[in-house]
Amino acid sequence: MTSRTEALQTFKREGRIVIVGASLAGLRAAESLRDEGFTGSLTVIGDEKGEPYDRPPLSKQVLTGWVPAEATTLPRRREVDAQWLLGVPASGLDVAAGLVRLADGREVPYDRVLIATGVRARPWPHEAEAALDGVFVVRTREDAAGLRQRLADGPDRVLIIGAGFTGSEIASICRERDIPVTVAELGPGPLVGALGAMIGEIASEMQRAHGVDLRTGVKVTSLEGDEQGRLRRAHLSDGSTVDADVAVVALGGIRNTEWLQGSGLAVGPWGIAADSGCRAMDLNGLITDDVFVAGDVARCPHPVYEYRFISLEHWVNAVEQAEIAAHNMVHLQADRWPHLTIPSFWSIQFGVNIKSVGVPTFADEVVITQGSVAERRFVATYGYQGRVTAAVTFNNAKWLDHYRKLIETAAPFPPPCPTPDQPVDAKPVPVDFPGPMLLAQGATVVVTGHDPDERRVTAARP
Amino acid sequence: MTMTRTPGILPRILDYSARADPYPLYAELRRTPVALQEDGSYVISTYRELTALLHDPHLSSDIRNLAHPLPGAGREDNPAFLNLDPPEHDRMRRMAMRHFGPPHTPGLVDGMRPDMTAVVNGLIDGLQGRKQIDVVDDFAYPFPVTVICHLLGVPREDEPRFHQWVEALVDAIDYNPAVDPPERLQKGMQARAELRQYLGGLVEERHSRPGDDILSKLATDDGPDGRMTDEQIISTANLLLIAGHETTVNLITNGVLTLLRHPQMLQRLRNEPGLIIRLVEELLRYEPPVHIIPWRAAYSDITIADTTIPKGSQIMLMLASGSRDPDRFHDPDRFDPDRQDNQHLGFGSGIHLCFGGPLARLEAQIAITEFVRRVDNPRLVADPPPYRRSPILRGPLHLLVEQG
Repeated sequence: MTSRTEALQTFKREGRIVIVGASLAGLRAAESLRDEGFTGSLTVIGDEKGEPYDRPPLSKQVLTGWVPAEATTLPRRREVDAQWLLGVPASGLDVAAGLVRLADGREVPYDRVLIATGVRARPWPHEAEAALDGVFVVRTREDAAGLRQRLADGPDRVLIIGAGFTGSEIASICRERDIPVTVAELGPGPLVGALGAMIGEIASEMQRAHGVDLRTGVKVTSLEGDEQGRLRRAHLSDGSTVDADVAVVALGGIRNTEWLQGSGLAVGPWGIAADSGCRAMDLNGLITDDVFVAGDVARCPHPVYEYRFISLEHWVNAVEQAEIAAHNMVHLQADRWPHLTIPSFWSIQFGVNIKSVGVPTFADEVVITQGSVAERRFVATYGYQGRVTAAVTFNNAKWLDHYRKLIETAAPFPPPCPTPDQPVDAKPVPVDFPGPMLLAQGATVVVTGHDPDERRVTAARP
Repeated sequence: MTMTRTPGILPRILDYSARADPYPLYAELRRTPVALQEDGSYVISTYRELTALLHDPHLSSDIRNLAHPLPGAGREDNPAFLNLDPPEHDRMRRMAMRHFGPPHTPGLVDGMRPDMTAVVNGLIDGLQGRKQIDVVDDFAYPFPVTVICHLLGVPREDEPRFHQWVEALVDAIDYNPAVDPPERLQKGMQARAELRQYLGGLVEERHSRPGDDILSKLATDDGPDGRMTDEQIISTANLLLIAGHETTVNLITNGVLTLLRHPQMLQRLRNEPGLIIRLVEELLRYEPPVHIIPWRAAYSDITIADTTIPKGSQIMLMLASGSRDPDRFHDPDRFDPDRQDNQHLGFGSGIHLCFGGPLARLEAQIAITEFVRRVDNPRLVADPPPYRRSPILRGPLHLLVEQG
């Protein structure tokens, strides 16, 4: 055995791995490390109390009351035999010393560390208004349990601020429960930031057909409470007001990277830069050996997308990156895996199952390739400079594998050969994403350049 | 370049002499993943290409998209969803699924578990005291027929009548005028008409006196997609009756046969009943009930494995070959219920994924579990057993077993 192999074996047997972040990516990484034969000490640090839980149901089944918030605990695939330090956030990382600092002053030494601290909800920017009774964000299960209760109480009107996926899903559930709902969106339509103008228009029609009072191109400027500190009304930038006793702030997320300021890692608003094997990069662009990143906080280059760094707030991405990171943490360079999967995600709203493969924001044109927009069952294919880069399905998810292959093989755009179920209009149109000022609201995929500090797209601050 | 003309292999597979063990021929076939045949059709035999095509929207199930008509029957006026493309396929399948599975009818199949176990045990009770049994006629055939009759609302006592029609129909699926007697096609057409007429009578009854069965529910449906016409209900019932009838029998029989060929696995299943879940999945890979999708049509040019299949071409999908592809499954000719990541093609894949898969799974799990638990010291009388004629729905004609 070479000395490197010996060192690795020793590390696998008695090394110390610390995972910062106890949600989906953290848990799956812990399980995968044990699957990979790591028998050393494993510590998982999380700022929330309680076991890791699943977030997608929080804006769906939990709000309908079908699934209680506490029933979202993630299933365990195996024993992980880890030390769980829950309820205390990490406050710093000392790469030179190999230490994670906790907010309560404790220090946790590591040989290798995985950063999976994820994203938190972007709060309403005015603190006093955010504190009004009836104002919610939905990121944690406490958030969801609180909102579910309030919806069950039968509010007069719910105001949703921001029509990205979370906002649209919650609006859908309000309508399902026959609760009057107003959606205020700065962009020209729901989902526009993630999927472009064509889908935005379809989503607008869908919302209105389901009785949503959809207001686009407007900003909520302030929230007004009564003397008891309960939300009463919202003021909009067009001068109108909306009387509502519940407001859901759905303005996207903020990546939990503040604790890494000063760590020397390439940390920016879109996450922590890493290679496709989930190894973190330092500020000089050098790959580190012992620091790994997975999930919503990671931004990794993808060869299909010109090696641009891509950050994804997708469930599947968290799982896959966790597995890749875990594998690479306990292997030598020659045996390491790249994370090259084509991104995918799903959403359910207004009776439509929306799924996507690829990166729709990495496109200049879009065309309906199958189905019928009027019947809300279709495939929209996205292209960039003549090749397929993404596809979005409405109630047509069974074709996604085919489109994934088109993306992987850089198939020509628009796809030249017709299929059964031809759409009425199969002409490509410009994809038309809103300008950077609007993008931050609904974007769950952000394609950025190489500069870790770059902020090509800026968050819209009301 | 993976395309060559490979005359010889496919005819040998279709020939009855290959029925007991087509797998070595599949292996030969896989050397040419996309094989152009003498008649201009294409045969696909490798896992990667099969799954790519099964998910390819350019692959049509509508006979009208074939440039050259099939030698057998023409297109029916109201094909069942198996032979339709979107959007009609999606609508018809959705309307049928409303009464069979989630989200609208989530508990139906699992709720039949006690009844199905009782049927199986009744059949096994009937085998007591007999030295020799036929697993097909005494067990693997009557069980799924009873289940599908109950589900659809077809009187069980009519089985001798519709059994003949179904046999004749299945026999005509792969009719080849070059080698088969024309009577086979005529008999198939005649049977199709008679079966439709029979089912039409049942549908008519259900309009006035609906029961708790799928025929009644289809006949009185008020779902979001509206109601099927009577002709469509007949086509759907026809499909479900044949599929629920001619496939599961193979799966159960193949299961018993495979276990008798692997006695250590049979013993393990006795000690470890939970193994049945994975064992049935492995059966669906290793000895699937449906070997071939005999035809699909290229709706427009399809490029696969560096080959362009021209628009209108007939495409044959060798599912059972794909499930034995060594590029996808490690040691594929080994029966290994412990196999991980067993994404077999036993139920196909894509939008035409087997409609009754969840039912067939449960039927096979219950039948094989109870057989192994209750039949004492079963021994094969002949190996290989005699096979049914069809290379498509492949399975033993009889499976004689001694017990006790």
